[in-house]
Amino acid sequence: MRRSDRESRLHDHYLRHSKKFPNVWCAGCGIGIVMGALVRAIDDLQLHRDDVAMISGIGCSGRMPVYVDFNTMHTTHGRALAFATGLKMVRPDMRVIVIMGDGDALAIGGNHFIHAARRNIGLTAIIVNNFVYGMTGGQHSSTTPTGALATTAPYGHIEQPFPIVELAQASGAAFIARSTVYHVQELEKLIAQAISKDGFSVVEAVSYCHTTLGRINKWGTAPDMMRYLKENSVSQKQAEKLSDEERSWKIVRGVFADRDIPEYTQLYDQVIERAQAEEATG
Amino acid sequence: MKKPEEKEPQPILLQGDEACVEGAIVAGCRFFAGYPITPATEIAERLSRRLPKVGGKFIQMEDEIASLAAVIGASVGGAKAMTATSGPGFSLMQENIGYAAITEIPCVIVNVQRMGPSTGRPTRSSQGDVMQARWGTHGDHPIIALSPSSVRETFDLTIQAFNFSERYRTPVILLMEEIIGHMRERVDLPDPETIEIEERPKTTVPPDWYKPYENYPLDVPPLVPFGEGYRYHITGLHHDERGYPTDRPDEIRPWQRRMQLKIERSLSDILLYAEDEDEDAETLVIAYGSVARTAHHAVREARERGRKVSFLKLQTIWPFAEEVVEHAAAKVEHVVVPEMNMGQLVLEVERVAGRQRVHRVNKADGTIMQPTEILAAIEEWAR
Repeated sequence: MRRSDRESRLHDHYLRHSKKFPNVWCAGCGIGIVMGALVRAIDDLQLHRDDVAMISGIGCSGRMPVYVDFNTMHTTHGRALAFATGLKMVRPDMRVIVIMGDGDALAIGGNHFIHAARRNIGLTAIIVNNFVYGMTGGQHSSTTPTGALATTAPYGHIEQPFPIVELAQASGAAFIARSTVYHVQELEKLIAQAISKDGFSVVEAVSYCHTTLGRINKWGTAPDMMRYLKENSVSQKQAEKLSDEERSWKIVRGVFADRDIPEYTQLYDQVIERAQAEEATG
Repeated sequence: MKKPEEKEPQPILLQGDEACVEGAIVAGCRFFAGYPITPATEIAERLSRRLPKVGGKFIQMEDEIASLAAVIGASVGGAKAMTATSGPGFSLMQENIGYAAITEIPCVIVNVQRMGPSTGRPTRSSQGDVMQARWGTHGDHPIIALSPSSVRETFDLTIQAFNFSERYRTPVILLMEEIIGHMRERVDLPDPETIEIEERPKTTVPPDWYKPYENYPLDVPPLVPFGEGYRYHITGLHHDERGYPTDRPDEIRPWQRRMQLKIERSLSDILLYAEDEDEDAETLVIAYGSVARTAHHAVREARERGRKVSFLKLQTIWPFAEEVVEHAAAKVEHVVVPEMNMGQLVLEVERVAGRQRVHRVNKADGTIMQPTEILAAIEEWAR
């Protein structure tokens, strides 16, 4: 099938035509690229739309579910993973995908993130990391680089950023990957792998916000920031050849964890079996 | 032939928290998410044991915010779901109570009230969250709150809470109190077969026609669970009939009107109360929760002393039973409202009956209201 044929089929099949496009995102934003990669990943996996739920929190990324034709839910700020946990527990057969931004997932929702990972419940968490609160206009987030300017850090940001991959690693996630919105085909593959994983899977999709952080710090236009992702990211193999100092300035892409650990809803089925056996024997 | 023995109701000794669990199981609750907190912890403990036995699911979440979020998520998946907490946890749940209200997702929130504000006195009883149950979350929204006065009533009203939440697609708050939650009483539980259980209404239209927030002709459009072929959108933003975000006043207004009407048009179903009337009464005592029992005792004692007193027990706290109170108050000179707070539901009684003739009896030091305290007020106003 020609590329354009596939694209139009995907548009027809997965996007909600009754909903008024264009979307709310700024021209040049990376979130739409993540949405495209996600739709293609779901198509690659041949999942039925009825079996997919997409849950989001608040912020620019929170708007994604409204555009796609799945079972979709736009919840409260930071709590998407907790809503998704309840849904997954009563519908373990469904593929529940949670889309969050860095503020949503790691600041207001940071506690839910580490606990969902610790439980290893079968959700796919996609974090669009643009290093800033974009929808509210450029306040520093929990991934904003130290030293950057933000509307709430007018003299330079003095906090350390959260390393998402390491945080997920320490919290016990089964699958952890990272790519960027420039490397869209790789992103699509990693998302497909994450959705296929039984346990808690995390994909950090590194993006940018040219209308807030980029503008305030004079980092250039959307194409400039996209070029930055291209030129400053390396595969894990390439990263191995770099010194620690060199590596610390790069975005390392790839799969960082792929562990086979028991998934929560499957373990809970065993709880039900044990409880019912106790009931039967009195 | 004689009916089998086991059909006879067996009296059992049960705590209020335990009765809440048994009511929930009978009502069809199959999902619970919660976080430990005195004096509601026993509800979580018992459900962690009971739910898997009936094929249900239990999860202890990382906080109360996540607990209610998971409950709403489970309800969207088609399960009857609830959480249980107390003051501080109830405060944390407020944002998601608003989410359940605007998205019209059925759920039950049990608040076993303790002394506040803040950490207050965790093991001491209170009726301090009455106004919070009504207005705790931001923005205009209808809500239903029920308040049991005994262990048996806790069982009954827990079932009612689930029935109302499913029937009206709304969060329902069960306002218990530490006294009720921790008190053990002998109760005769009814045969589950005889109890009316509301199941979530199903839609009759195909997926393409389905509107989860349709404003006409029903006040309560059916909610189809996720995963059943009706793919739609749920959002805490104001939304149109299909659930998509909207800014348009012509789409928001009909929704707001329906939200009001779905409760207002069903008050005869929702308002639960009990009256013990004296035709010649000059004084009316209005109470709810544990205080209703103290108050009823005081009313009977006053009658023994020759006083003419009527008694009204409110089981539905929100929506407030305006017409019931108005009607009962019209027959008397004075209205006495005892509460274990500094005066909350009395504000509603004053609004309806007039401030001059409504008399407060308040106690909020953590000790139980005594009949003598209410009796003194009755004696003062009933000549």
